Amino acid sequence: MFDNLQERFERAFKVLKGHGSITEVNVGDTLKEVRKALLDADVDYKTAKTFVKNVKEKALGKKVLTALQPGQLLIKITQEELTELMGKAAAPFELKAKPSVILLAGLQGAGKTTHAGKLAKYITDKNRKTLLVACDVYRPAAVDQLQVVGESVEVEVFAEPGVIDAVGIAKRGVEYAKKNGFGAVIVDTAGRLAVDSKMMDEIEAINKAIKPDESLFVVDAMTGQDAVQTAKAFNDRIDFTGVILTKLDGDARGGAALSIFSIVGKPIKFVGVGEKMDALEIFHPNRMAERILGMGDVVTLVERAQQVVDEKEAKKIEEKIRKNKFDLEDFLSQIQQIRKMGNVKDLLGMMPGIGKALRGVDIDDNAFNQVEAIIRSMTPKERSMPRSLDLSRKKRIAKGSGTKVEEVNKLLKQFEDMKKVMQMMNKGGEKGRGRLPMPGMGRGR
Amino acid sequence: MSFFKRLFGKNKNQSAEQVEKKASLDAGLEKSKKSVISRIAKVFSGRRKIDEDLLEDLEEALMMSDVGVDTTERIIERLRKRAVWEAYLDQSELINMLREEIAHLLVGDDIGHALTNHSVFSVDEIDSGDGPAVILVVGVNGVGKTTSIGKLAHRYKSEGKKVMLGAADTFRAAAVEQLKIWGDRVGVPVISQGMGADPAAVAYDTLESAKANDIDVVIVDTAGRLHNKVGLMSELTKIKSVMDKIVPGAPHEVWLVIDGSTGQNALVQATQFSKATDITGLILTKLDGTAKGGAVLAVCDQIKIPVHYIGVGEKMENLQDFHPLDFIDSLLPESLDDK
Ligand SMILES: Nc1nc2c(ncn2[C@@H]2O[C@H](COP(=O)(O)OP(=O)(O)OP(=O)(O)O)[C@@H](O)[C@H]2O)c(=O)[nH]1
Ligand SMILES: Nc1nc2c(ncn2[C@@H]2O[C@H](COP(=O)(O)OP(=O)(O)O)[C@@H](O)[C@H]2O)c(=O)[nH]1
Ligand SMILES: [Mg+2]
Ligand SMILES: [Mg+2]
Repeated sequence: MFDNLQERFERAFKVLKGHGSITEVNVGDTLKEVRKALLDADVDYKTAKTFVKNVKEKALGKKVLTALQPGQLLIKITQEELTELMGKAAAPFELKAKPSVILLAGLQGAGKTTHAGKLAKYITDKNRKTLLVACDVYRPAAVDQLQVVGESVEVEVFAEPGVIDAVGIAKRGVEYAKKNGFGAVIVDTAGRLAVDSKMMDEIEAINKAIKPDESLFVVDAMTGQDAVQTAKAFNDRIDFTGVILTKLDGDARGGAALSIFSIVGKPIKFVGVGEKMDALEIFHPNRMAERILGMGDVVTLVERAQQVVDEKEAKKIEEKIRKNKFDLEDFLSQIQQIRKMGNVKDLLGMMPGIGKALRGVDIDDNAFNQVEAIIRSMTPKERSMPRSLDLSRKKRIAKGSGTKVEEVNKLLKQFEDMKKVMQMMNKGGEKGRGRLPMPGMGRGR
Repeated sequence: MSFFKRLFGKNKNQSAEQVEKKASLDAGLEKSKKSVISRIAKVFSGRRKIDEDLLEDLEEALMMSDVGVDTTERIIERLRKRAVWEAYLDQSELINMLREEIAHLLVGDDIGHALTNHSVFSVDEIDSGDGPAVILVVGVNGVGKTTSIGKLAHRYKSEGKKVMLGAADTFRAAAVEQLKIWGDRVGVPVISQGMGADPAAVAYDTLESAKANDIDVVIVDTAGRLHNKVGLMSELTKIKSVMDKIVPGAPHEVWLVIDGSTGQNALVQATQFSKATDITGLILTKLDGTAKGGAVLAVCDQIKIPVHYIGVGEKMENLQDFHPLDFIDSLLPESLDDK
């Protein structure tokens, strides 16, 4: 039970030792990790670069709370930045005109037709009679697809089978909606590549012909680096009003959302979360930020740590450590702080890289119980001068804490060892700077 | 060194067939392709020794082609080491090293052999005994499965094969209709049961019918599905085992279609689909756009699945054999040009 105590002492000590402020040096590795996280999420290479640079500039010089590593604080700051950006990228979908004209555009297979259906349902549910217009005259069975979709959401579909003039169909569809008292009209178009200038001319012409109130760029959340180029090309042609990010029910991190917003500055209005017609959601900036960074666990940990750590108390203890006056009383208060942060195993499990290593390892929270019990059975004087304990006192303490004298001895020995380590660390200065996992945590034996 | 000569002699000594293929790739990609060497040379010009700026340029080029951080770093690291060890003399040799390193990931160990003797996939390779060769096509939503099947049917038919298609996407709206239109276009039969039917039952029907009609190649379409949906993935496993009951050993090939514009999720897709169905080959689609398809590098490298075909358009002719060298060339230069 005491096997890992030494390590825990070390850990507790480090948890309380602050790390000054964020410097270029102590977060260097973390910055790299953040950048990698963004790139792994498919954030555009250049966007990721600028974003990390901005975060760094914001973070430099920030004071690091005790109980945190500079790297961890940096990740928290990154998350906040990302959330703020994504927040700016969120915008409501408002229907004003009657009928409101909505145009969907994007690459092949992005999810336009499916989302035409979902939007039709969404709008119909808001008591607006909606019309779907089938302008994909190229893909085999595209019109059939929209018709099936329309039927399933009980929305009328305007189609001209056999006609190949998509611009004309769009125009006549919108006319039809106006004449027949529709509240909204959604125009589904064929998928097209940004380099296909003929097809890009077509979407531009459709856009001009129907003057949509909302033109939405539909993009697959799995899209890689190409998202930026494509979004730019569509934006140049139709100056779209917003984005629908589809297939978020998958496990892609969806970094395209960040890239697109950074590059064209257009908000994300909806996300698609499934193939069914009700799988449409409003865009949630904080969820998206969390998803893109993919380091939510660290952020949670940091938030918890920030909540529980009493900064004054921490300073006091740090001072004591420096003067080699750290006693069992202080140790007890540390244990309590750690415990306030939650179950030890949970906490360790949240550290990047450690969670996996810990799988199967049994960390016994009760080990702390016993230590606490022993210390609590001492008088304040004994706590401050543990070396003065003689056998009779130890016997009393063992009895009071329901332990044995050997266990009391073990604790005292470990405590002395820990103090040696502390002194060494005092002399050694800052070690293990900026590494993401807390140094000394979860080290196996 | 003779390998280098081969690579660089390529433009001069191309066979007529190669020239034609190259020309069609160019047409498909609609990219003004200056010689790769001159493009890269532009970037390298004025630089003689390997320096960090240069490596950063290369890193950026790979990254922007969706090669991904891990794979890119590995390539760059190996390049750095080789550049030191082999004391490279000029830029073209370094470029060649880079191409070799990428090829190494794409087609395996023996780079020289793999590249110079790279044989394109042929449907004749499929060993299905007396029965039909059965190909199951899978992938996430909207990547181009159905379209690729139409193109494959066209190709195999023009190679003189009797081809049959199975419409086992019974879920997505008008999916059966879509495949039927492709069947009509190409002139091959399509077996279907209509929407909502059990896909395994459609696969069953298709294989029965293929056996009865002496079909050479059967290609079965499936509904797009995201790899993190357990139920949908096990549906694929079920389709597979039903096939095996009718034609032992079927499906002989399971091909995963990956959208060329997919980013780092491609590797996850390949991993998960492989688990459910033992993928034997890849089709990389939509390479006629601006996307490079670099994510497939990690897939080939880590899961050891070869790319068989690439899609370069929406017409039935727009399917091409996969040529590693052409792919590598298309992967690099344009992003380097951006600079
Ligand atoms: N430009 C281009 N478009 C392609 C290519 N392959 C497929 N497409 C288009 O991509 C869209 C989706 O293709 P489908 O074949 O329906 O894809 P799928 O994987 O069967 O889709 P689901 O069955 O809905 O999952 C269609 O508009 C196709 O025309 C390609 O190589 N290049
Ligand atoms: N899982 C999932 N699939 C989607 C979503 N949106 C569209 N799809 C699927 O993606 C494929 C292509 O969608 P479609 O609407 O035909 O794309 P289009 O070519 O842009 O019109 C279809 O199989 C859809 O069912 C989504 O949000 N989640
Ligand atoms: Mg469509
Ligand atoms: Mg399909």
